[in-house]
Order: sequence, then structure tokens, then C-alpha cells
Amino acid sequence: MISALLPDFVPIWTAILAVGIFLYVVLDGFDLGVGILFRFAPDLQSRNLLMNSIAPVWDGNETWLILGGVGLLVAFPLAFAIIIPAVYFPILVMLLALCFRGVAFEFRSRDVAHRGFWDHGFFLGSVIATFVQGIVLGAFIQGFKVEGRVFAGGSFDCFTPFSLMTGIALVFGYGLLGAGWLVMKTSGALQKSIRVQGVWCLCGVCACIAAVSLWSPLLDLDIALRWLSWPNSLVLAPIPVLTLCVALLTGRALRNGSEAGPFVGAIFLFLLSYGGIAVSLWPMIVPHHYTVWEAASSPKTQAFLLVGTAFLLPTVLLYTAWSYWVFRGKVRGDIGYH
Amino acid sequence: MHLDPVFLSRVQFVWVIALHILLPAFTVGLASFIACVEGMSFFTGRTVYARISQFWIRIFSVAFGMGVVSGIVMPFQFGTNWSRFSDATANVIAPLLAYEGLTAFFLEATFLGVLLFGRRLVPRWVHFMAAVAVALGTLSSSFWILAANSWMQTPAGYALIGGRFFPTNWWAVIFNPSFPYRLAHTVTAFYISTGFVVLGIGAWMVRARRFPEEGRIIMSATLWLLLVLVPLQIGLGDLHGLNTLRYQPTKLAALEGRYDSAAPAPLTLFGIPDDARGVMRDEIAIPRLGSLLLTHSWNGRIRGLNDWPVDRRPPVGPPFYAFRIMVGAGLLMLALVVVGNLMRRRDAFVTSEAFLRACECAGPLGFVAVLAGWTTTEVGRQPWTVFGLLRTSESVTPSLTGPDVLLSLLGYVAVYAVIFPGGFLVMRRIVRAGPQSQAIDEPGQGRRAMLPIARAPELTP
Repeated sequence: MISALLPDFVPIWTAILAVGIFLYVVLDGFDLGVGILFRFAPDLQSRNLLMNSIAPVWDGNETWLILGGVGLLVAFPLAFAIIIPAVYFPILVMLLALCFRGVAFEFRSRDVAHRGFWDHGFFLGSVIATFVQGIVLGAFIQGFKVEGRVFAGGSFDCFTPFSLMTGIALVFGYGLLGAGWLVMKTSGALQKSIRVQGVWCLCGVCACIAAVSLWSPLLDLDIALRWLSWPNSLVLAPIPVLTLCVALLTGRALRNGSEAGPFVGAIFLFLLSYGGIAVSLWPMIVPHHYTVWEAASSPKTQAFLLVGTAFLLPTVLLYTAWSYWVFRGKVRGDIGYH
Repeated sequence: MHLDPVFLSRVQFVWVIALHILLPAFTVGLASFIACVEGMSFFTGRTVYARISQFWIRIFSVAFGMGVVSGIVMPFQFGTNWSRFSDATANVIAPLLAYEGLTAFFLEATFLGVLLFGRRLVPRWVHFMAAVAVALGTLSSSFWILAANSWMQTPAGYALIGGRFFPTNWWAVIFNPSFPYRLAHTVTAFYISTGFVVLGIGAWMVRARRFPEEGRIIMSATLWLLLVLVPLQIGLGDLHGLNTLRYQPTKLAALEGRYDSAAPAPLTLFGIPDDARGVMRDEIAIPRLGSLLLTHSWNGRIRGLNDWPVDRRPPVGPPFYAFRIMVGAGLLMLALVVVGNLMRRRDAFVTSEAFLRACECAGPLGFVAVLAGWTTTEVGRQPWTVFGLLRTSESVTPSLTGPDVLLSLLGYVAVYAVIFPGGFLVMRRIVRAGPQSQAIDEPGQGRRAMLPIARAPELTP
């Protein structure tokens, strides 16, 4: 059999998918976060500024969701076939909220008579999409009821106290990313008020990270052993310590006038939390049931796609970076919709 | 009432894909059309072409944005409602979907920005090349999606191990038996759909005396193009049908409405199919024509559905009627295009009120044909998701209950019922504003002012 001669692509695909999902979380995270903070902007002019700050990039950011979904399907089809049905309703609500939000985004500037309606649609769409993404995350950490190769639970099993809490956590998290982005993009009084909102979001994020860190070992013996057994607790100690340091630095950057500090800090907080979850679950991709190797697609499948991905993905990344470069700097009130 | 999750999942898939497919049906053709007009603008330097192009780019970007929004829903359908299908087939078809995402993302997203916002920022030839790249991106999307779809119809290049498909030969997977025919037939259908929308809007421009110069150019060029494409499409459809006869005889029997095998076989024009009794009621048929069309011989034998066990037959009604709607729409389009080109003498095609009105009414005809053709081929594939190998009833997510799917279906219906009419109204406003309102290279429109979807200046507050 030829596939026996092929090397093990699973680590490469795990890395590609991990990077892809992280990129989605950061990129769509900050523009969903802008949607969350949108409700708190004081006047029409600031709302327009907030909109224009993400106008050129949001749909590119959302396209990573397609690549994330299809990436999971192609690299770990068994995980896709178990996880997605298990979060049937959160996925549904997320898709509908994103649809509504995307359209609201475009229509508010054309349909002035109903601008208030579309503004609410944009805010609520952003909050709801974020909240259900958090539910997906919480349900994933808790794990699913699996029999053989299929999800065997009910469609509402994913709504638990823990997953509702991770939902709230993500709203604060994306809010913090959004605030970090907006600090770079705005100035003056508006920036000042966003810094204050950022501090609130940061407090929420810290409370939630603490809650998840204490709660998940209690939920799951494997996670408790992973973190608390010797010498793991020593080796892994830098993660919580670094998280605390980054949180403090982010708080200082929000208050001391740093322009890029809050956004960078927020990204690192996400990176550390993401790393923490990875440490808790590795190497399971369907917690308690299947490892990344067991859920992986055939080596021939992974090889075939890797050939194209090897040069298409860097090109996509280059383009994305370039488009952010083009639209760099502060958003100005005299340009765009006003 | 018993709610069947399989049936409801199929209804949900029909709803989300039928509305989604309208957008690629429009944008694939429109991207190529824009590339052509940009080419004319580049090579002739006439500003009227730039105006026409700018006008269609605005409409394109609204349709494209809606295509992205409704397209995000599609891959998740495989997971939420068809997880058994995903588990069984992902090794073979998931890379095709991933390549679609990567190439489309790369070509379209990269160059759409330049096409939409870059006319002032890049040299003219770069702008032209951006239009070509976007057109290639949409074609590349069609290539990969139709490869995956064709593989479900005529699977090849795989090994079936323990109920799951594994790739053995990628070339055979992609270029499976029905793929070349389906690709040609579908892309041509998309071009024709766009062509009739363009023709209809051009006719409106002339008839309303709003933009007669642009309208005339648009109509004339489109009529030439359609004069080639519509007859070509009928020929391609014939070849596609022969391919279906060979690889999916049950589908062919269903769309022909043939229950009993016959040699020679008549061509059933109309009738009322009765699956329970396996007969066609009130049939109107032309003797021998079925054999002649399908086997290209006077006495060719066509197998009827009664040759297969009941649990391997598709329902006859939907493919039978949908096929007749598709062919009927095709013949109407052919008539309109031939008449239009005959009316070129003394410019009758832009002076005849009746012809202009007919063109406007024919605007959506291509979409009707696309949806009918899609119904024919997908319902004709039943009761399988992978033809002959994986049953639809065994593809659905096992954990779903009927009420679950009913709830999600209602959600999709409610949201799409707001979004699609909204998008249609925006496009109609752009059409009403017309090409002359699109000042080319208008100063003061900073790059960061631009939203990703087209914006009509008169709508900007």
C-alpha cells in the first residue's frame, strides 16, 4: 500500500489547523469585538468611525471561518462529523447571526430610515455570534457523548453552565480585542472612552480565565492530572504566570497611553489561553474519545492537499498582511460614511 | 405528524443551496463579462466601456458579498446535518472543497479589492488583469465544487473500505465520468443566466430612454454572445444526457418519465407520473423520438425504472417536471436570441417596444433553467448521496431529531427571507441609478472610505 510509504502528516496538519483557527479568532475576534463595543459609542459620528475601522477587512476575516471549517473536515473528518452535530444549534445561531451582521453592516449606510434597526442588528449579531462561539468552545472542552463514530447525545446537551460561562468569557475577550484595535484606530475623547471599556473587558476576561482554570480541572480528572501532577505543574507553571504578567501589562497599556500595547496584550492573552486549552486536551481532538491521529484523514488525502496549501496559504497570508498595510493608521472622520 | 429528520434536512439543504446557487449563477458569468468589457475599455480607450464596466462591478460586488455570506453556511451543512456522509466521503471530496476555498479565496479576495477600489491606484493594465483574475477565480470555484458534486454522481478513483471511501487515484476522482459534461453544461448555463440578466437590463435602459447608448452596446454584444452560447448549451445538454444514460440510467429513466423498458422508446412530452403503480398517466408521447434522441438510433432500447428494485429508484415527479421546465426555458431563450439577431436589420432590436419588453421579462429565465436543471440532476440522484453506494437515509446526522431540524430550517427561512430581498432591492437601486451616475475615478473617495460591497453614491447619507 502506497500510503504506508507516506510520512506522518498529522503534526503538520494539526499545526496548520491550529494556526488557522487562531488567526480566525484574532482577526474576526477584533471585528466582532468592535461590533460589541459599537453599542457603547456615544454618537453617530463615533459609530461611523467604528464601522469604517473594520470596513475594508471584515469579510476577509470571516473567510477564515470557511477555511477553518473545511480545514477540520479535510484534516480530521471524524472530529468534524462528531463535533459539528454536537453543537448543532450554536453553529446555526452563529451562522444566522453572522449573516445578519454582515448585511446590517452594509445596509445601515444605505437605508438611513432604518439605521437604528440595522445598528441594533449589527450589535446584537456581533454579541450573539461571539457568545455561541464561546459555547462551542466550552462544549468542546467538556467533551461529547460518542458511540462508535457518531455523536450520540442530544442537540441541546451543549448548553451547560460551563459552556454558558465560556460564552460570556468570549464576549469579554473579543470586546478586549476590539478595544485594542480601536485604540490604534481612534484618537481623542473617543479613544479615551474605549480605553475605559477596554479595562472593563480586561477585568471580565481575567475573571473568566480564572474561573475556567479552576472549573475545568474539577470537571475533568484528565485535565486535573495534566496540570497538577509532578513534574507537569512545574513545567507548565510559566503559562499561568505569563498570563498574569500579560494581563497586568495590558491593563497598564490601556491606562498609560500606549497605542499598540492593548491590542498586542490582548493577542497574547488569547495565545496563552489557547495554549492552555491545547495543553489540557492534547492529543485528543474529540476529548476522551479520539486523538488527532485517530481522527485524521488518510495520508493520501493529507498529502494531496498539502501540495497546494504549501504555496497557496502563504500567498493568502501575504495578501492579508498587505491589505492591512494599505489600510493602516487612524480612521479619519472626514473620509467614509458620515 | 411525524417529523422526519432526513426529509427536513433535505428541505433545509434545498433552501440554503437553491438560494446560494443563484449568486454564483450570476457572478461567474458577470465576472467574465466585466473582464471582457474591461478589455474593450483597455484596448479601445472609449470611456463608455469604462462606465459600463463600473456599473456592473457595483452590481457584481453586492452579489458577490451575498454569495460569501450564504456560502459560509454551506460547508457547515455537511457537518450539522450530513455528518455520516462527511465521515464516509471526506477523504475523497474534502480536499476538493478545500482547494475551492483556497483558490477562490486567493484569486477572488486578492483581486476583487483591486477591481473594486483600485481604478485610480493601479495602472490600467493591472486593473484589466485584476478583472481577468477575478473571473478565473470564479471559474476555479466552479471547477472544484462541480468536481466534488460530479464525484457524488459518478464516483471514481476510490476504494470502499469499511463503509468509507479512500482515494486511490486523484486524477480519476476529479475527472470522474460526468465531470467534464457537468462542468461545461453548468458553466455555460451560468454564462447564459448572466447574459439574459444583462440583456434584460440593457433592454430596460433603451426602453426607458435613460441610457440608450450603453443599453444598445450591452444588448448588441450580449445578443451575439448568446447566439453562440444557447445553441452550444443545447448540444452540451444532449452530450450530458448521453453520459447520464450510461452512468446513471435510473436518473435518465426518471427525467424521461420512463417506467417500462422499451425499444424503440417514445419521447414522453407530458404526463402525470405515478410512482406507486409504476405508470405514466395521461401520457402524450411521440413514437421513436426517445430512442432517436438518446441512443441516436431508430430502435435504441431505453431501460425503464421498473427494471430496478423499488428502493433503488428516484422519485419521478420532480426530475420529470423540472427537466421539462429546463428544456422549455432553453427553447424560449433560443427563440428570443434568434429573433433578436434577425431584428438587427434596421436596428429593430432596439426600436421594437415588444422585443425590448420580452427581453426584460426573459431576464430571470436563466435562473429558472439553472434551478430546474439542478433539481433534475440532484433529485434524479436519489435515493443516494454517492450514487449507488451511499444512501441519503444513511448520510444524515444520527443524533438529529425532527423538531431539531424543523427549528433550524425555520431559522434559515426567516433570515434568508430578510437578506435576499434586501440584496435584491439594493441591486435594483444600483440599476435604477444607471451607468452614468458612476463617475469614473471620482476624486475624494478615499480607499478607507470603501465598504467591501458596492456602494451607490446617491444612497450614501
